[in-house]
Amino acid sequence: MSNTAAVTKLDLTKIKPYGDTLNDGQVQMSFTLPVPAGEEANEAARLLMKKMGFEEPSVVYFKDLGIGYTYFVCYGKTTHTVDYTSIKVTKVEVDIMDRLECEKYIEENVKRTVTMVGASTGTDAHTVGIDAIMNMKGFHGHFGLERYHGVNAINMGSQVPNEELIAKAIETKADAILVSQTVTQKDVHIPNLTQMVELCEAEGIRDKIVLVCGGPRISHELAQELGYDAGFGPNTHAEDVASFVLTEVVRRGLV
Amino acid sequence: MKSKLNLDPKVIDSARTAAAHIAESMQSFIDKHTTVTTERTILRLLGIDGVDDVERPLPNVIVDAIKDAGGLPRGVAYWIGNAIIQTGKEPQEIAELVGKGELDLMKLDMCKKEEAEKAIGLYVDKALNRIKEQTAKRDEYLATIGEGRRPYLYVIVATGNIYEDVIQAQAAARQGADIIAVIRTTAQSLLDYVPYGPTTEGFGGTYATQENFRIMRKALDEVGEEVGRYIRLCNYSSGLCMPEIAAMGALERLDVMLNDALYGILFRDINMQRTIVDQFFSRVIIGYCGIIFNSGEDNYLTTDDAIESAHTVLASQLMNEQFAVLANIPEGQMGLGHAFEMDPDTENGFLYELAQAQMAKEIFPNASLKYMPPTKFMTGNIFRGHIQDALFNLISVWTGQSLQLLGMLTEAIHTPHLHDRMLSIENAQYIFNNARDLGEEVEYKKDGIIQKRAQKVLADANELLMQIEKDGLFPTIEAGKFAAVKRPMDGGKGLEGVCTRDEQYFNPFIAKMLGGAK
Repeated sequence: MSNTAAVTKLDLTKIKPYGDTLNDGQVQMSFTLPVPAGEEANEAARLLMKKMGFEEPSVVYFKDLGIGYTYFVCYGKTTHTVDYTSIKVTKVEVDIMDRLECEKYIEENVKRTVTMVGASTGTDAHTVGIDAIMNMKGFHGHFGLERYHGVNAINMGSQVPNEELIAKAIETKADAILVSQTVTQKDVHIPNLTQMVELCEAEGIRDKIVLVCGGPRISHELAQELGYDAGFGPNTHAEDVASFVLTEVVRRGLV
Repeated sequence: MKSKLNLDPKVIDSARTAAAHIAESMQSFIDKHTTVTTERTILRLLGIDGVDDVERPLPNVIVDAIKDAGGLPRGVAYWIGNAIIQTGKEPQEIAELVGKGELDLMKLDMCKKEEAEKAIGLYVDKALNRIKEQTAKRDEYLATIGEGRRPYLYVIVATGNIYEDVIQAQAAARQGADIIAVIRTTAQSLLDYVPYGPTTEGFGGTYATQENFRIMRKALDEVGEEVGRYIRLCNYSSGLCMPEIAAMGALERLDVMLNDALYGILFRDINMQRTIVDQFFSRVIIGYCGIIFNSGEDNYLTTDDAIESAHTVLASQLMNEQFAVLANIPEGQMGLGHAFEMDPDTENGFLYELAQAQMAKEIFPNASLKYMPPTKFMTGNIFRGHIQDALFNLISVWTGQSLQLLGMLTEAIHTPHLHDRMLSIENAQYIFNNARDLGEEVEYKKDGIIQKRAQKVLADANELLMQIEKDGLFPTIEAGKFAAVKRPMDGGKGLEGVCTRDEQYFNPFIAKMLGGAK
């Protein structure tokens, strides 16, 4: 009975968070304010939540952080809603094939070895992302590109200048360049990713190559905005990247 | 101490002996070579600091000039000693003249080696005295205001602005942190010079500069006096300037430094010949001034599997121990690294982690083991992440680890926010206090999962070390046996900065520091 009642009340043009009742708008949040703990601080936190559009804001826990700043755990009921029916998200539009399907796809459609060169570029010293995609072992049971028959996967490691990555791509006649960016503090990845696109264009290889990037703060939308063919965020595995690259190689007639 | 894991002492001895032989064979290579940063370290210790008119550090200006003129095999100590005799000036004055292009060290008359050695003796003693004063100051603090209990709570600050780092570091100390590591900007490991002055706009961290060290040291002493606990300062003696940064750390009283040639080779692609020579002098300095070094074995498990490759961590720890022995580092200053990095979906993963942490403690009972938190399988689910960190903390207090690098619930999202650090300190304090003597109470079932796991890791490490002893360390790295990363003998960065010593070469600090000179 109650289920039916709940469903009837759900209006997808006006959704809001679910705490323990549909449309109660309950949100949990935590933050720090640069003022010492006390009644005034709690009131400041509540006022801030009201300004953010929360009704009945409540501070359920607070703690002084030792330098006259206070940490809060809070709840509030948001007054805002979102129209779910009008949402459009740019996603990598490709059918994901598993490793064996990718290998078969290469055999049948590309009919030669596909070379992919990857690196963590610029000052970024983190290889965790590129290794998860490229290294034999892969990540969490998903084998990396090195394991794929028909793929020549070259992982150049970390702190690779864009120039070196491109030079390697040219030298090996690569079909795809995979750029990994883990450090994104102060948006350091944006100019670096942009420079990569510019260099590819300057070298005249941009239209001959599939250019993709990935990292914890990368979205497909951002990647496209910066001039990449695709962008991959968290929870991406080798098969996602391989499926896109292979499909794109065939679609663009780069075979 | 009776082994709770029923580890065979004969296997431990065998592995340790193999590691000692590996380290000794590397030492004969080290003793024939020097590097540009080793030479710059000598200059820094002789009191040479500052930059020239185009911001090049004076130690670089001098070493480059000597190298270009072919004088590096003799060593800078000779050339500076000679210049003191020929000009009658002090090392810093000499450096400034070279910086201005008014003096060419290679065109002076040349004295005998013994005369040069004697001429710089005064400055060598002065440097050693400065370092000893800092060591004495640390001892005094420990004797008066004391320190936190082990495992020390070790947190990082990484704002990129040293003055902002100070605020966060002092907050962390007031919340209970015992060690503050100032994260270094990632690009520095590949710079073949040490930047100068304070950093206010670093990416992902600050530069390790002497001025930054000084600023943070002062801030931590202040807050340490306030909270009644000595607060240790950690930075990185790693990358292409390993020994120079160790010298700066000695002069500015750092307490903990990350220092591991194998790490640089595997994860920063630094040339293996270069960094193994650099590491030796840096460890001699570290041993002399009471700094705890941290080795980077934990990182193997971020690229390699934590279960399959656990033995590579132990093998590397044993080698790092023996490299440290050759640099005369007391056991208590050996911060050998390991980590809690198994896939949390592993059935009985906690038991394996416990077995390995207990094993490290039994094999290195007097070392200051550095235990690193989960990072590879942190997902952005901060609530589960906080529990992963809790399990990590439980094992640490249970098995008596020394330096507990606190896991952050927001690992894999961002560098820690102010309150992330508070939550992780609270997590550790709760568990350390609540389970303080658990290790004293618990024994492990004979031939159970835990005992067998530890015995297997030890046996595998022993086998690997015997193989390395046979093949040599460099070829083993070339074959990709560590962290599944392959590095060639002549590849990587910094090889051009290595040269063979000539017969009259001398480094005036090594013998005195190894001898524990007052």
